[in-house]
Amino acid sequence: MRNWLENEGLSIFVILVWLGINAFLFVYFYIAFLTDRFFYTRAILGDALPWARAPAACLNFNCMLILLPVCRNLLSFLRGSVQRCSRSAARQLDRNLTFHKLVAYMIALHTAIHILAHLFNFERFMGAQLDSNSTLPYVLSQVGNGDNRSFLNPIRTADTNPTYVMFTTIAGLTGVVITLALILMITSSMEVIRRSYYEVFWFTHHLFVIFFIGLVLHGVGRIVRGQTAESLSEHNPKECSQHYQTWGENSTVCPVPNFAGNPPMTWKWVVGPMFLYVCERLVRFIRSQQKVVITKVVMHPSRTLELQMRMKGFKMEVGQYIFLQCPSISQLEWHPFTLTSAPEEDHFSVHIRIVGDWTEGLYKECAGDKKGVQEAWKLPKVAVDGPFGTASEDVFRYEVVMLVGAGIGVTPFASILKSVWYKYVHENAKVFTKKIYFYWLCPETQAFEWFADLLQCLERQMAEKGSTDFLSYNIYLTRWKEKEAAHFTVHHEAENDPITGLKQKTLYGKPNWNSEFNSIGAKHKGSKVGVFLCGPPALAESLEKQCHSHSQSEVKFIFNKENF
Amino acid sequence: MGKIEWAMWANEQALASGLILLTGGIVGVAGQFRNWQFAAYGIAAGIFICLLEYPRGCKAKGNGVQRPGQYCLTVCVKAFGPLTRNYYIRALLHAALCVPGAFILCTVLGCVCLAIASIIYLLAAVRGEQWLPILPRAEPREKPGESIKEPPQNPPPRPPAEMRRKRAEDMEGAAYTNPMPVMPNEY
Repeated sequence: MRNWLENEGLSIFVILVWLGINAFLFVYFYIAFLTDRFFYTRAILGDALPWARAPAACLNFNCMLILLPVCRNLLSFLRGSVQRCSRSAARQLDRNLTFHKLVAYMIALHTAIHILAHLFNFERFMGAQLDSNSTLPYVLSQVGNGDNRSFLNPIRTADTNPTYVMFTTIAGLTGVVITLALILMITSSMEVIRRSYYEVFWFTHHLFVIFFIGLVLHGVGRIVRGQTAESLSEHNPKECSQHYQTWGENSTVCPVPNFAGNPPMTWKWVVGPMFLYVCERLVRFIRSQQKVVITKVVMHPSRTLELQMRMKGFKMEVGQYIFLQCPSISQLEWHPFTLTSAPEEDHFSVHIRIVGDWTEGLYKECAGDKKGVQEAWKLPKVAVDGPFGTASEDVFRYEVVMLVGAGIGVTPFASILKSVWYKYVHENAKVFTKKIYFYWLCPETQAFEWFADLLQCLERQMAEKGSTDFLSYNIYLTRWKEKEAAHFTVHHEAENDPITGLKQKTLYGKPNWNSEFNSIGAKHKGSKVGVFLCGPPALAESLEKQCHSHSQSEVKFIFNKENF
Repeated sequence: MGKIEWAMWANEQALASGLILLTGGIVGVAGQFRNWQFAAYGIAAGIFICLLEYPRGCKAKGNGVQRPGQYCLTVCVKAFGPLTRNYYIRALLHAALCVPGAFILCTVLGCVCLAIASIIYLLAAVRGEQWLPILPRAEPREKPGESIKEPPQNPPPRPPAEMRRKRAEDMEGAAYTNPMPVMPNEY
């Protein structure tokens, strides 16, 4: 339990604070509309009025929050400063996308409540106009008929219908537009669409611009009206409401009440984050203008493309990622890729798996399908945003480290292992990490090739230095064909592994995590073991469970997960 | 945008529209709004659309992510054959279904969302997409290889039991070579 708290505690705290603020705002603004000022408004609308205004306040709050987790340059900067104080606080910033989604769900929920309450409001306003002469709502609806300024009921005549009114008021029209934008954004953000057709998600999500413009304009019409302070001083609603038949007549005490609308409030909430987001896009744009040169293109088996690039002033740390843009393929698309080079190298590289439109386009642009030497000027112009930090930066802060990569998820660890090699070569670099356990789960043998070269290099270097103990790696082949199986069986006794050519043998099937954790825990009592995973969610769940269950008083397993 | 299947997005949008139409309809009927009959229509249309759109089709490559519990509805929707397979018909159906929703406020949002879904389905139909059900694939019966024509009638010729027992000291002599080559299927 304590270890679950250590891993998840801060996240839970943040979520609880956020929910608490939502609840507080809801209740506070609900009560704010139960005052005398809105007595007559409630006489027509009942409690649908506060039910509409309370979620509106929560919407203001959440729309303010939603832009912040996606300002990745800002977050990267924050992460750098926070990291010096608290590692776990910095790790919270990795979960920015999760928070963005949570806030989005909350926006959807409050939008639903808001709209449903307003359906009642429109209906009741209409009903008030259609009422017979002798009811309070009807009399109230006639207030302001002369000058059209001090009215209460935004529906001014009985000769219309709510749908028409909605489309002819600023609040109604902007409401429909932004709700549509929200719905389109949500349907195109479903996991199925995002994973298969990223472009649809990315382009549709830019409807948020319309959403925010509409949101700010939504209250401009001042359609929610309450009695003015001046009118309240002369006309007390509680006393005068019974005598509504005789307001304003010479002999009575109660003059006709006057109403005015609330000024728009939303802009106060969202102007700050909108400004920050504009700065964020500006930073991305400026960074993208910096010249990036592709120095080498390597085509690996299993459709993996390696790009080596150089850019002036580019500084990275292990396991970071960048966003790549190729204007000749698409002006608007930026795609994230993990850096596979070490900070000590003179270039930076990414390994890209070719699965979709954009990566296919990049493959063709870099002439990956042609053999031989390509002219440097024929290579496409690319732009780079980043690098951005993720959990892998923390690897060297742990004494003992478990790195688990599944398939292409091994890429951040390529960077770490290369960096390890460089640090060892330059012995003056003091390395805090004493032992690395590396697990690579792979469904096909061809994917080994580019990584096997790296491991072979490391193996040789470590053998030369006599420190073969530092890195212990295990490669698991999770799927194989019958033909290959025969080959493996026959060459089982060979010195080098038949697939990778490494001295460390490839293992088959999936690792037995329980026994792995047990043995590592037994060997390293009294230390904190960092567990880093880049792979599918199912594996993340099982590893997280193992971390929780194996963390005892002597040894703690801290789980870090990378995801895009 | 070569590989995008618009139908996938249209399906999400249509399902959302169905839910919105249903919710608006329920509010209209429960609140006894004016012209609540349109709201009642919204409930019926909303339920119908949700049932129609709940089973996700599979992608052109043959795989697809199922929604939980969609198998029964997949079978029902598949039973209508070309009516549900063709996206032109779906686009037309949604366009027709959305019209009565425009008459009262409760269902207007559902109406507009459904209209958008209809447009995306039209786009999918123009690009030649089709709704194909995700059904569990029957395991193909493994056919024996070419060299196995018929099961053998007699047991294979073998040396007597004494010789057949493998002796640890004479592995070479105990090795047995199959006279007929047996090839498994290449897959």
